[in-house]
Amino acid sequence: METNIQQTVADPKLQLAIYTATGRLKDKRSESVGPDALPQYQELRNRANLLKRHAIENLDLYLEQFAANVEAHGGKVIFCDDGTQVADFVLGLAKERGARLIVKSKSMTTEEIDLNERLEHHQLESVETDLGEYILQLAHERPYHIVAPALHKTRYDVADIFTRRLGVEREEAIEKQTMLARRVLREKFLSADIGITGANFLVADSGAVVVVENEGNARLSMSVPKIHIVIAGIEKVIPRAQDLAVFLKLLARSATGQPLSVYTSFVSGPRRPGEIDGPDEFYVVLLDNGRTKLLADPEKRQSLFCIRCGACLNACPVYRKIGGHNYPWIYSGPIGAIITPQFHGFSEAGWLPFASSLCGACGEVCPVKIEIPKVLLALRREVNAAKPKSWEYRAFQVWAWVMRHPRGYQFLSRLAPRGAMQSLLPVRNVPPLAPKSFRQLWAEREKAKQARHGA
Amino acid sequence: MGRESVLARVRQALGRRPEPAPVPPPLATSLSTPKSDSAPQVLAELFAKNLESLAGKCVAVKEISQVAPLVASLLAGKTGVASNAAFLGECGITGLPNVQSGFTDREALRAACATADAGITSADYALADTGTLVMLSSQEEARLISLLPPSHIAVFPRARLLSGLDELLEKLPLPADQSSAMVLITGPSRTADIEQILVRGVHGPGEVQAIIVG
Repeated sequence: METNIQQTVADPKLQLAIYTATGRLKDKRSESVGPDALPQYQELRNRANLLKRHAIENLDLYLEQFAANVEAHGGKVIFCDDGTQVADFVLGLAKERGARLIVKSKSMTTEEIDLNERLEHHQLESVETDLGEYILQLAHERPYHIVAPALHKTRYDVADIFTRRLGVEREEAIEKQTMLARRVLREKFLSADIGITGANFLVADSGAVVVVENEGNARLSMSVPKIHIVIAGIEKVIPRAQDLAVFLKLLARSATGQPLSVYTSFVSGPRRPGEIDGPDEFYVVLLDNGRTKLLADPEKRQSLFCIRCGACLNACPVYRKIGGHNYPWIYSGPIGAIITPQFHGFSEAGWLPFASSLCGACGEVCPVKIEIPKVLLALRREVNAAKPKSWEYRAFQVWAWVMRHPRGYQFLSRLAPRGAMQSLLPVRNVPPLAPKSFRQLWAEREKAKQARHGA
Repeated sequence: MGRESVLARVRQALGRRPEPAPVPPPLATSLSTPKSDSAPQVLAELFAKNLESLAGKCVAVKEISQVAPLVASLLAGKTGVASNAAFLGECGITGLPNVQSGFTDREALRAACATADAGITSADYALADTGTLVMLSSQEEARLISLLPPSHIAVFPRARLLSGLDELLEKLPLPADQSSAMVLITGPSRTADIEQILVRGVHGPGEVQAIIVG
């Protein structure tokens, strides 16, 4: 890990790419939430925080309400403990329907459970259709950033990847590369059997799934194939459709500085009688995968408020230096630093909460006001409490005892002049100790005083 | 596996008893939003300005009779698929040469949309403060017409303009009661996934043209 971080830091091209991309996203965000652009910004953040807190603290009730409403619209809801259960469900359905090709739109939740790899093991082709994700799937890499997954790739890298993996003539113009991807993926959309999307929000009072995107690949994934499967974490539920007035105003601005993303889809169930197109079958897979572990801690459960806007990554001086691939899990940056140790435990990710300067920038830009620095500190405390005590800790324990016991202190301080200090600290110059300690001088002075009075 | 095990873990994590408590009243969302000027003329100008800032285009026409010639000139001989919206018929768009319409079969519609140069729809609402078209899937409006062709033309009466998202959600507190799919379209499809360079028309239409009538 350390050598990888050093490699990232020593790579000037990569450093420039990370710094420029995050810098641009950061500037666009702050412009779009400024007092002229969005005067109610702070009020919206407070409201978003309250809504998320309310939804998370009543998660069981809203999940049940959501599931009942999806079913009322003819959809099905499948609760899954982990990634294996999700893959089993998708594989089972694909087998039953004779499906071979799946088109997928960007979803961090499916990255979390390595869904593509699990499906490919069973000869089911699953194609990422977001441009950045498609490039990474061809390159066999993980997303580098929550909203800009391929920000570390230059047009020349993309040219290499397309030439090698698609067997096309080398093309270095970004617009032409994009149109090439459009052509290749359009074929996939038109022949796909199943579309898989994530969800930005699950709306309890409507049984609806909200998906926000700029490219149109999510719309295609949920409109062209006959089967639409949504895979989402259980924490994504919000109470009412009207709450979107708060969240949608914050999400795109925090992510890319847009007032609204190009496409906001609000889908509830399969197509209804009379509707000309849309899927015949609609499934929502609700995934736990460790989320209930986070939920159990009242202080840290706010980690589940995250709406995956990526603003904290762009603001973070650590992310902007070490990039996305040096984090142990797919969630990078400050949000990754607080959720990864809670999902995967301290032995794998216990170092993450310490890889922070606690500058507070992440908490300041978070649209749902997750107190990331506070959670980082709480995790640091827990990591330390769980660790076997270091010699340093023991030494300070002894020191604390000595300082509370004057006789012990007196005894040890008598040893000090005999070179003990110097031998303990060989690399420092310890100033020579006074020939007599303060205590000795005091005792002598008191003695002399008494002698004078006595006389 | 399944619902009960996940819900049981959620309840345990929240410290609830096995019997669920009643659903608490939801929080109000109303904010001290400054009331926007909702005069139709102002909304139309604001909508046009915001759509154009996203490289979309917007034209306002007074008379319904002006629409068909305008659409014909925009198509300039290229092919179009028009939705079954009654308003498009009233405008005479469905009668234009090179424009196919009246699809009720999914496969036929998909094949037509996959090859057409332009998709022509109406819009159920339009949001002035973001330049957004709001479309509800129905027997009048299919999903693919505004999605598959490289160009999208949306024709709607001026009265369908709303100030913004707040007004839309006030009017439609439960969009799922109306349709299985509502989409908010804010400008042409775009990506900046390679080197943060903006490219339009990556998967959806690269051109969005709004025509406000009345």
